[in-house]
Amino acid sequence: MSSGSVAEAGEMQDGKVPRRHFVNILLGTGLLASAASFLYPILKYLVPPKLPDLGSNTVLAAKVADLKPNTAKLFRFSTRPGLLIEIAAGEYRAMSATCTHLGCTVQYRPDLREIWCACHNGMYDLNGRNISGPPPRPLEAFDVQVRGDDIYVRRKQEA
Amino acid sequence: MASLATGIRGWLDERFHLDDLKALAQKKKVPLHRYSYWYFLGGMTLFLFGVQVLTGALLLLYYRPGADEAFESVQFIMTQVQFGWLIRSVHSWSANLLVFMAFAHLFSVLFLKSYRKPRELTWVTGILLLFLMLGFGFSGYLLPWNTLSYFATKVGTDIPAQIPLIGHPILVFLRGGEDITGSTLTRMFGFHVAILPAIATFLIALHVGLIQWFGMSLPPSVEAEWHVDPGKKKEIRFFPNFALRELMAWYVALGLLGALAALFPWGLGVKADPFAPAPAGIKPEWYFLFMFQTLKLIPAKLLGMDGEMLGILAFGLVGAAALLVPFLDRDKPFRTRRWITGFACVFLGYMAAMTVYGWVAK
Repeated sequence: MSSGSVAEAGEMQDGKVPRRHFVNILLGTGLLASAASFLYPILKYLVPPKLPDLGSNTVLAAKVADLKPNTAKLFRFSTRPGLLIEIAAGEYRAMSATCTHLGCTVQYRPDLREIWCACHNGMYDLNGRNISGPPPRPLEAFDVQVRGDDIYVRRKQEA
Repeated sequence: MASLATGIRGWLDERFHLDDLKALAQKKKVPLHRYSYWYFLGGMTLFLFGVQVLTGALLLLYYRPGADEAFESVQFIMTQVQFGWLIRSVHSWSANLLVFMAFAHLFSVLFLKSYRKPRELTWVTGILLLFLMLGFGFSGYLLPWNTLSYFATKVGTDIPAQIPLIGHPILVFLRGGEDITGSTLTRMFGFHVAILPAIATFLIALHVGLIQWFGMSLPPSVEAEWHVDPGKKKEIRFFPNFALRELMAWYVALGLLGALAALFPWGLGVKADPFAPAPAGIKPEWYFLFMFQTLKLIPAKLLGMDGEMLGILAFGLVGAAALLVPFLDRDKPFRTRRWITGFACVFLGYMAAMTVYGWVAK
């Protein structure tokens, strides 16, 4: 191809797409597509795989002897902490211990008989309802079952 | 859109004088002659190093050093993480190609005599970088904590221990103790991801900076031809002409890496057990094979000296000689010492033969 024809091919003629422009589009889309095929595995790799949830819906939270009235205990519910409170002799409440505000772990305040989150001074009552401070939602409540000496906590079944 | 780009360019130009940079980029020329293809090897090595940095950083997101966790975490990467097998296989393949490319680059520079004055320091930084790459290979090999890597590290760290006086302290330094334990793994991990990369970054910057400073070297034969007939002189601009060609080569290399990793994914082996016997047919990575095989062949006593010692001494001398090559050659134009090329040929032949021998030997 002579240099003259290259110059012509590069110019717009009769409203047609110039050859150079066309080649650039072909090359560009090809490169873009292959770049996407390189980036896709990397982006997928960055997403951590979901670990199987080993915890069942019921856990052994404590022994009856572990708690006295007006005390509480944190227990492991699957991968997250839960809070078990003995509000009066033999009367238990259990709920998620993850604050609904920004995810700190809450604690039981025997002096106030309330549940308190130290991070931003959030307060919940003994049913887990948010009563003051920034928490937007109540804590997820669990069912408690006492079987002999063991206290089991179970996720509430959908009604 | 275009005005925004012009605006940003203008803003930068006002502060950094982009035109000066552009002039600098355009100043560099690449000579065009029958050996020009060899100019690609250094850039290819650099590209593979970039692949190592990227895939290495990705592996760090899931890898856990420690005798109880390392193997399991690599297993997790290979089996649970999406495309984890691909990232790890690319890292392993790229590591091997990188060492190969670095050697190819070294010998091309050696045979084309590109190390001559004023480029002595470019050569020296290059040799140091090659040693560093071998260090990366050695330290990275242990990280999956499998049987092969365990014993390779045991043997590899035992070799410098043969040196009198300083041998034992070196062994303790490399192992983080007397034996290969979790401390060795932590140490190798530290070398592999922090200490060696820091040194490599500095040396690569220096190496590439020196190349930019001196421009591309001409082989003596081409230099002589162009000197006799200046009309034959042909050059292309580094930017964009040569850079685009190099980019194309990198693109092909990336495709090749992906294909190799997909078709021949890297295995993981069996978890290291310090109380299991060494498996039969145990060998180091191919780039250490020629040294491994030599040490295997040397008799226990040679010339009244410990054979192993003698072998280590010989390789130490070759390493030192490699660093000194530019200072051994003449700095006269067109006339170079042929024995250097001859010696390089012999050593290359020896390396190739011993590698093949080590590969097929039981």
